[in-house]
Formats: sequence, structure tokens, C-alpha cells
Amino acid sequence: MSKAPQGCCTVSGLVKTYRAGGTEVRANDGIDLAVRRGEIFGLLGPNGAGKSTLVRQLTGLLRPDAGSIDLLGHDIVRHPERAARLLGYLGQESTALDELTVALAAETTGRLRGLTRRQARTETVDVITELGLEPLAHRPLAKLSGGQRRLACFAATLVGDRPLLVLDEPTTGMDPVARRAVWSAVDRRRAERGTTVLLVTHNVIEAETVLDRVAVVDGGKVIACDTPGGLKALVDGHVRLDLVWRHDAPTEVPAVAALADRAERTGRRWTLRTTPDEARELVAAVTTGPAFAALDDFTLATPTLEDAYLRLGGRHGGLAR
Amino acid sequence: MMRGVVDPGDNPSAHAVVSGSAVLVVAFVALNLLAQYFGKLRHTGGLDHYATLPVPPASVVLGTAAAYASFTVPGVFVTAAAGSWMFDLPMGRLWILLAVIPLAGAALAGLGAALGLLAPRQELATLAGQLGMSAALLLGVLPASRLPVPVQWLRDLLPSSYGVDAFALTFAPQPDWARVLLDLGVCGAVGLGSLTLATWAYRRAAR
Repeated sequence: MSKAPQGCCTVSGLVKTYRAGGTEVRANDGIDLAVRRGEIFGLLGPNGAGKSTLVRQLTGLLRPDAGSIDLLGHDIVRHPERAARLLGYLGQESTALDELTVALAAETTGRLRGLTRRQARTETVDVITELGLEPLAHRPLAKLSGGQRRLACFAATLVGDRPLLVLDEPTTGMDPVARRAVWSAVDRRRAERGTTVLLVTHNVIEAETVLDRVAVVDGGKVIACDTPGGLKALVDGHVRLDLVWRHDAPTEVPAVAALADRAERTGRRWTLRTTPDEARELVAAVTTGPAFAALDDFTLATPTLEDAYLRLGGRHGGLAR
Repeated sequence: MMRGVVDPGDNPSAHAVVSGSAVLVVAFVALNLLAQYFGKLRHTGGLDHYATLPVPPASVVLGTAAAYASFTVPGVFVTAAAGSWMFDLPMGRLWILLAVIPLAGAALAGLGAALGLLAPRQELATLAGQLGMSAALLLGVLPASRLPVPVQWLRDLLPSSYGVDAFALTFAPQPDWARVLLDLGVCGAVGLGSLTLATWAYRRAAR
């Protein structure tokens, strides 16, 4: 049974290796995690970091090579089939539901979660209203836009109450209204029922705004785990300066030439992480004379989770802003 | 089309054409469409949806197969009735289709689902489904007695043949009910086997 009474999900020493093109890839390389009940916990990392492999093991879809997974007191490595009774999973694909209408997809999923026809119908109507899906309720998922289809699948995930929701990039392709509907629905469930949410994302802004705690995953390992504020404190005292040049950078200006080696370059954009004092001097230098003539745009910002991620040694730079 | 080739009236060829065409409707949906559906589901990760719901694999396969087979009911009856009318065959025993559809449907749906779930690529699942349907078309609609012996063996391997034969037998003025039952029994047994195979294939694919 559960070792930590307040824990919802405890993972330790999780290893998963698979073969790809003759070479062995360690998708998860000794992952330890402890998600508390009622928490919105995030897994943040670029594509290929091992987040989805981790989630597929937590949901009982994949058996780990080593390590243990405890979900609300159940050993998921030994009894993977129990995961289906404990969690609602929103994967990245909707093909299983594509041929159904939004209402039928939600109702059928509820029925398969063990609800009676009446309960499933009532919950479907409630969830569809809650997410503002009424105008789409009787259209097949295959006919909807990417974001609408995602919201419909999210609706299906919510029907048939579960103590844990595992959401793999739930808001991909959604407009701001739909995103807000998702986060209010998540918040409401947490406040009213103490639902725990495990969220996979590579969107740093979303991670900063909705998560209680976040585990940063890179190269199959958890490289840090803290609150978004705690992670950002790692890069406290630093600011980020972005300079966008009209054409080539004016390297004949000494102040610009001095930056050439330090700046992280993406096309015409130069990004620097530095102290506020130095940033002030740099802004003064590039907003006068020939440097200013060559400058298209600049921004000075406080650090984000992405900066914290890079500071931690994240290698791939594949996070979305 | 076969009206120009096969004489109407009470003869084995007309029986074979009408019963083969009716069962072909089942084969199209249960074998071809189901192979494509499960092939797509497996290769796009759609199986995860069912695998993370508390339902046994057999229910997913059976439920989907039953849903697909039930779509064929109107088509089968329309085809059988139109065929009987065109070839001057009696329509009094079309009720046998109520047994033929679920039994042939189970056998073909299981096969279709297994093909879709086992195919290493989605395109191969589609191809396998279409080949299966072509086999059901050629081996089902052409009268068995006119096929070369090796092709007759192939016909015996195709589960829908027993459904075709059972239905064809009922067009006779005095049907041999024992043989009808035997054919339906074989169909049912193959159906059980193919659904078991499909369930195993589902478990393997969802892992």
C-alpha cells in the first residue's frame, strides 16, 4: 500500500530503454518523482526528453524495465490494468473518437469508465456546457479544427470522475478562449474534488501560470523539481536582453563586437542573459549611434522558466514560448 | 452484372451469385473497413484511448466488430432481396440472414481486426483488408462447383464461404437444414477463433 499517505503518485528509479534503428535509447534513465494529492504537477521539457515515455508508464500503457510506480496506493508496475480505474488520460491522438460526435465521444467514454447511461448523459451535458462546446456537440470530431477536437477529447477525459488526470499537452492548437476553459475546468475539479493533475507540456508560459510544481525533464532524467518560482530563483538577479537587427549586426561598434561571442543567435535575434546593470549599459550602447540605426527591436525581460531550464543545463532548446 | 452471365431461376449458379453478393456486403465492412480502422488506430496511437479505459481487450474488439457488422444489416437485406428478385429466387427464407450476418460478421470482423492490428504498417493493413475483400468477392460470388480444385481449397479457408453456403442452401425448394446448421456452426467456430486471434492481436498492439 501507499508509503506516503498524502502522495498521489510516487515514481522511483524508473528506467525504460527501447531500440531505435539498431541503437539502444534510454528514454527514461532513473526517474524519481512524488506528486502530492490535489496538486497541478507539470513535466516540462523539449520533444524527445522522455516525458511521453514516462507518462505511458504511469498510465499502464508501457511496462518499465526497472523502478516502481505507486498510484494512490496501487503498484502500477505489477498491476498496470489498475491505472485505467484511477486516472483519466488525454493522449495526443484523437483517432479512436474521430468518427463520433462530440457528445457521443464523451458519453461513450463515460460509459466505458463504468457510468450508467443516465449518469454518462448527465455528465456529458454538464461538461459540454462547462467547456462551451454546445454548438459543436452534434458534429463528428473528424470535422472539427485541431483545437476544437482537442477540447472535445478533453471533455471526454473529464466524463466519469477520476482522482487523477494525466493530460499530455492538452491545449495544443487551442485558441485563448478554449485554453481558459480548460484551465478553469481543471481548477474547478481541484477545488471541489481535490483532483490531482499531471500535465505534460513544452510551453513555458503555460507552465509558469498553471503549475504548482514542475519537474524539468531532459535526456531521460529529472534535472530539477520545484515550484515555477523556485526554479526561476535559480536565475534570480539576471535579466534577458533580446536584440533584433535589421540586417547584419553592426560589429564595427565595439560594444556590439564584444557581445558577438556571448550572445545566443537565432537568425537576426541575439539573446543575452546578464545582470541588470550590464543590461542597462548595453541598452544605452545599442540605442545610440550606428548600433541604433541597425536595430530593429529590443526587449528587456525578467527571467522565465526557459532561462531556468537553460541554466540547469537543458540541452535541446526546444521549449515553446 | 452477373444477370447477363448467370441464368435466373432455381439453379446453383444463381444461388451462389445472390448469396455471395449478400455476404460480400458483410465482408466489405467487417473485413476491409475494420482492418483499415484498427490499422489506423494502432499506427496513430489511437489504441491508447481504449487501453486507458477500464474495459477488457475482448470487449473493445467485440464491441467494434459488432458495431461494424450491424451497419451491414440493411445492405445485406437489400442486396439479398434485390438479387432474389432479379434471379427469380424465393424470398421466404431470407430470415436466415439474421443468423448469417452475425456469424459471418464475427468471423470476418475478427479476421479484419487481426489483420489491422498485426500489420506492421498502416498501408499494409489497408492492403490486407482489400485483398481479403477481393477474395471474398471472387470466392464467394462464383459458384464453388465451377472453380478449379486448388481454388476450392482456398475457398474452404475463407470463413465467409460457410455463410455463403448456408444462405445458398436455403434457396433450394427443400433445404437440407442439417447442412445449413453445419455451415453456420463452422462459421461460428471460425468466428470464435478469429475473434480470439483479434483479442490477442489487440493485447499485443496496445502494449
